[in-house]
Amino acid sequence: MSEVGGLDGAWIEGALLAARPRAVGALLRYFRDLDLAEEAYQDACLRALKTWPAKGPPRDPAAWLILVGRNAALDGLRRRARQQPLPPEEVLSDLDDAEAPLAERLDESQYRDDVLRLLFICCHKDLPNTQQVALALRIVAGLTVPQIARAFLVSEAAMEQRITRAKARVGRANIPFAAPDANERAARLFAVGTMIYLIFNEGYSASDGDYRQRLCADAIRLGRLLLRLFPAEAEVMGLVALMLLQHSRHAARFDAAGEVVLLDEQERTRWDPKLIAEGLALVEKALRHRAPGPYQLQAAIAALHARAARPEDTDWARIDLLYAVLERVQPSPVVTLNRAVAVSKARGPAAALAMVEPLGASLAGYFHFHGLRGALLWQLGRGNEAKTAFDKAIALAHSAAEAAHIRRNLDRLMAGAAAPR
Amino acid sequence: MLYAILCYHEEDVVWSWSKEQDEAVMARLAEVQGPLIAAGKMGPSLRLLPTTAATTLRKSQEPALVMDGPFAETKEQLLGFYVIEVEDLKEALAIARDLASANPGGAYELRPIGLYNPDRRGA
Repeated sequence: MSEVGGLDGAWIEGALLAARPRAVGALLRYFRDLDLAEEAYQDACLRALKTWPAKGPPRDPAAWLILVGRNAALDGLRRRARQQPLPPEEVLSDLDDAEAPLAERLDESQYRDDVLRLLFICCHKDLPNTQQVALALRIVAGLTVPQIARAFLVSEAAMEQRITRAKARVGRANIPFAAPDANERAARLFAVGTMIYLIFNEGYSASDGDYRQRLCADAIRLGRLLLRLFPAEAEVMGLVALMLLQHSRHAARFDAAGEVVLLDEQERTRWDPKLIAEGLALVEKALRHRAPGPYQLQAAIAALHARAARPEDTDWARIDLLYAVLERVQPSPVVTLNRAVAVSKARGPAAALAMVEPLGASLAGYFHFHGLRGALLWQLGRGNEAKTAFDKAIALAHSAAEAAHIRRNLDRLMAGAAAPR
Repeated sequence: MLYAILCYHEEDVVWSWSKEQDEAVMARLAEVQGPLIAAGKMGPSLRLLPTTAATTLRKSQEPALVMDGPFAETKEQLLGFYVIEVEDLKEALAIARDLASANPGGAYELRPIGLYNPDRRGA
């Protein structure tokens, strides 16, 4: 390989992927049209693939892509303008002064706002979650429509329609392009964080292994990008840490048959130590800020699991404490149910059951409620009540694996075995 | 002569590689490193986690200020380094060239080492 160019496919692909949010963000600010910005970026990528291997990489790939993409799109607009009515004034007005605003357009200070605006547009509050995630994967992460469709298990046509609808709604929404003020920025940051976590969860629960990897990796990449933009935001650290720690278990979470392996039964040597190290570093950095939010607390809980070499080494007492804080910060019956698991390990089944019983009204239709309640009753020697709870759980199971897990418990209960602790 | 080969690269690009791309680069680097390790020329080689995981202790005031993120905002970040033992700069540059061809893009800074303490854990 030549030393001057030193470019191979992986480098170019990485550079294009890394530059994408900044380049599309800047092109969007310029054209104020998602379709046009995306087309311009793709045009620039094609030119990059032709030019970079021969001439060597540009000093700043994102700036190169922005300039080339902008010029290509303007050329296209000029050509079309000869045959069609003129485009809106705000697009046309910049046609002739290409040089003057150049410095402003490539201004690093705009970088953060461009990327944030791009992410924010994808998580616009008028869009349903599924459309937010689909749009972000298309526009920010650069996945193709067939790739996204496969990840979501829908047809390409349906996904195309979902993305088109999302773009149309965003187009009508009249997004402000001024730089956001501090309050607005905080609100956007929260929305963007939620959207990134949605992408991650979409991947985390995907049945196709390749897509699980790809979506989780993309969400982590976007999370790291957000953290580069806001290096001192504890909740963003918490979000990235949470994703890293959950993703670190990806190789151990499924068995050879593709069935889910529960945390206690996972082969911990297969957890990814590099992702764990990064996750733990971020949790520690975040907690130093003493402003615990839901992502940080969940990440801190995941960190305690990651630190335990064996399931029996898990610090359940501290997990119980962290859940108690999480219950205050973000009260929800599911959080309380999760806390009850830690309580049963740290303080025994009676204390846990007392915590679980009041949740019956809100979680009556929730598989895990009946599963945990059954396990606790079994541990307390209340076999008949345990059986009733397990029966309810099986009826509510979402997958064969969930049902099979409860059925195993039920069989052992009926055979008179002691309850596992 | 001991040299540190400091590896600078655009972090966004390197951390955008897929697992397969990353493993391919690491495998190519291992091929370059193998003979150097066998010849006793290569000391520790370290890869750093992303700068987002970094914390900086700034000494400009008392007590020193602890801040999130890397020491300096730059286009290319310090992503790892090697310690090598070579005859002279020429040999160090030859090694850096081999590493560079295995790992495209970025830059290497070759910095002579004045004092070197090998791993003293357990000593």
